[in-house]
Amino acid sequence: MQVYLDNNATTMVDPLVVEAMQPFFSELYGNPNSLHKFGTAAHPALSKAIDQVYTALNASDNDDIVFTSCATESNNWVLQSVFTDLIVNGDKNHMVTTEVEHPSVLATCKFLEEQGVKVTYLPVNDQGIVEAHTVRSFITDKTAIVSIMWASNETGMINPIKEIGEICKEKGVLFHSDAVQAVGKIPVDLQDVHVDFVSMSAHKFHGPKGVGALYIKDSHKLSPLLHGGEHMGGRRSGTLNVPYIVGMGKAIELATSNIEETGKKIREKRDRLEDAILELSDTFVVGDRENRTPNTILISIKGVEGEGMLWDLNNGQIGASTGSACASEELEANTVMLAIGADNELAHTGIRLSLSRFTTDAEVDYTISHFKGEVARLRAISSSFAIQKPTIGGEVQECELHHH
Amino acid sequence: MAKADMLGASLWDAYSNKVTTLMNNPQHQGEIFEADAEARGNKLIVADFGAESCGDAVRLYWEIDPANDKIINSKFKSFGCGTAIASSDVMTELCIGKTVQEAVKITNIDVEMALRDTPDVPAVPPQKMHCSVMAYDVIKKAAGLYMGVDSESFEEEIIVCECARVSLNTLREVIRLNDLTTIEQITDYTKAGGFCKSCIKPGGHEAREWYLVDILRDTRKEMDEEKMKAAADAGASGDFASMTLVQQIKAVDAVIDESVRQFLVMDGGDMEVIDIKSSDENIDIYIRYLGACNGCASSSTGTLYAIESTLKEKLSKNIRVLPI
Repeated sequence: MQVYLDNNATTMVDPLVVEAMQPFFSELYGNPNSLHKFGTAAHPALSKAIDQVYTALNASDNDDIVFTSCATESNNWVLQSVFTDLIVNGDKNHMVTTEVEHPSVLATCKFLEEQGVKVTYLPVNDQGIVEAHTVRSFITDKTAIVSIMWASNETGMINPIKEIGEICKEKGVLFHSDAVQAVGKIPVDLQDVHVDFVSMSAHKFHGPKGVGALYIKDSHKLSPLLHGGEHMGGRRSGTLNVPYIVGMGKAIELATSNIEETGKKIREKRDRLEDAILELSDTFVVGDRENRTPNTILISIKGVEGEGMLWDLNNGQIGASTGSACASEELEANTVMLAIGADNELAHTGIRLSLSRFTTDAEVDYTISHFKGEVARLRAISSSFAIQKPTIGGEVQECELHHH
Repeated sequence: MAKADMLGASLWDAYSNKVTTLMNNPQHQGEIFEADAEARGNKLIVADFGAESCGDAVRLYWEIDPANDKIINSKFKSFGCGTAIASSDVMTELCIGKTVQEAVKITNIDVEMALRDTPDVPAVPPQKMHCSVMAYDVIKKAAGLYMGVDSESFEEEIIVCECARVSLNTLREVIRLNDLTTIEQITDYTKAGGFCKSCIKPGGHEAREWYLVDILRDTRKEMDEEKMKAAADAGASGDFASMTLVQQIKAVDAVIDESVRQFLVMDGGDMEVIDIKSSDENIDIYIRYLGACNGCASSSTGTLYAIESTLKEKLSKNIRVLPI
């Protein structure tokens, strides 16, 4: 058996999605901007995909949902164009985000800082959550935008987006949320929650890679990132990626049409897996289950280095993830673990397991038994569990190798 | 960057079979206990290096025969990734049977070489080289404990890049000899900074005492200062082309004061030196006429020729005088 538990990285494309995409490669291949029938032949399927996405997110007809190549593009677009529109060509100079955003937000903010923008990186609490009152206290009259992820890719923890949205609305500040880990996993209702811009990506909810979207409330002004033709109402140039847009429509419909019930089923499996591996001594999971996406576990296992554990899981045919990599050139500790205030000792021991609606009970059982065996093997090797104490003078007081 | 970099290669695929085998089944992991070593009449040394908070930690055990300082058994415990475990395992293997004095000569490069499947293919990708460095560090620490000396005393020179074991002196020398100006050049010439990259600048994988950026900057500064000093010395002996700009201006002014100005002043004029620009072929001296010289017909013919030939004769034949 092999078990894929890295669904926060990407997911299997649902075979029903592949089937929906199939006709738009070699049969209905026209450019939807063409006037002839080859071009217009794709229009009904595109309209349907647009409807599927608007319905899934409960977006209003006054809102724009623009298809992009990925959420990285959507995040870059919002931040870079708000910079152009409100900072270069306006009187704002400040942005607010968090320490735990995806690199496509963090790296863009760092880039904009080099262009002279002031950026506030908000901390998270011990649950990995940004507290709404913290957001409020950092908004100034120079703040152009607040960008806060809906749910964390690492921990699955869900931020108080509704509350933050109200604060931004009250303060008259634009609000963007990277909802890559929320859409398709938990209900996202864009008429219930006030968010100006929402990024999403199809491959996180069993759609294809290479297509995402940006939701723009009330068709708000936002300079284009890609200049060129007049596609998507002039908002995003580039020939429409017809099969992928059709696939995204189908995927979001499948992921959201029964989201409460599907989420409940995933959560039952997740909780069973979590309970079983928490039976191991000296382990803890980040964040309250009630406020976490139903598929995610970020567990710390004392004495077991993250990459070593991934290696053993991989040998056991299980694909998981770690935020800490022995090989990274920069900070090698799990940055989210550090941000929530976990001890340095634990920041190198994070393993993320992320399930999907395709994860089976048999896979959960298989994972439980392998996981426990692998932890036992690595702890047997681990210096953290060694009994014989070092010779006097041979101890290490603290980390003498690295910065943190 | 090039075609080979377009798809980041899988880290694990770059491991040698030996690394993979030892990671999955380390031969020397375990503990030696003090009581057992003593019962056999031996001395136990246990040294830690790194810490969980660093992401890597290793504990090395040596059971030493005090009669001949021979390491008769060695074990390790490791908190780390696969290459850390494999490096530790091979390190203990290399220690067994050696005296402490011999063991302390084992370097991280020996550890890495021992992990290779074939002599010319690295056992681990560049960013994983630091795992073998830790094996080397813990050996020095254990030897220091046994011999009652500071582990730093085993290091004869300051090692800046631990992965490639490049010393401070080597780096300074290579920068000078080859007139290197970039970190990339240093890596090309010495391999320093080509592995875990910690030694390039602060903020990398490990905090270091010496960084390539500082060594390059300081060496370049020393080279510039020496160049200036050489120029100043040359100035005294009159080699115009090697003088600094300030020296050149002073020399030109001196010649003009001595041989030119008096003739200009007699006609109610004067001149000043504006700038000097040197190229491979010419040294261009830009001047401006003042007073009556300004607009005088011979200022661009006879007078100019006289000024230029005087400077050529006294200072350098490559001088051209250009009025502005």
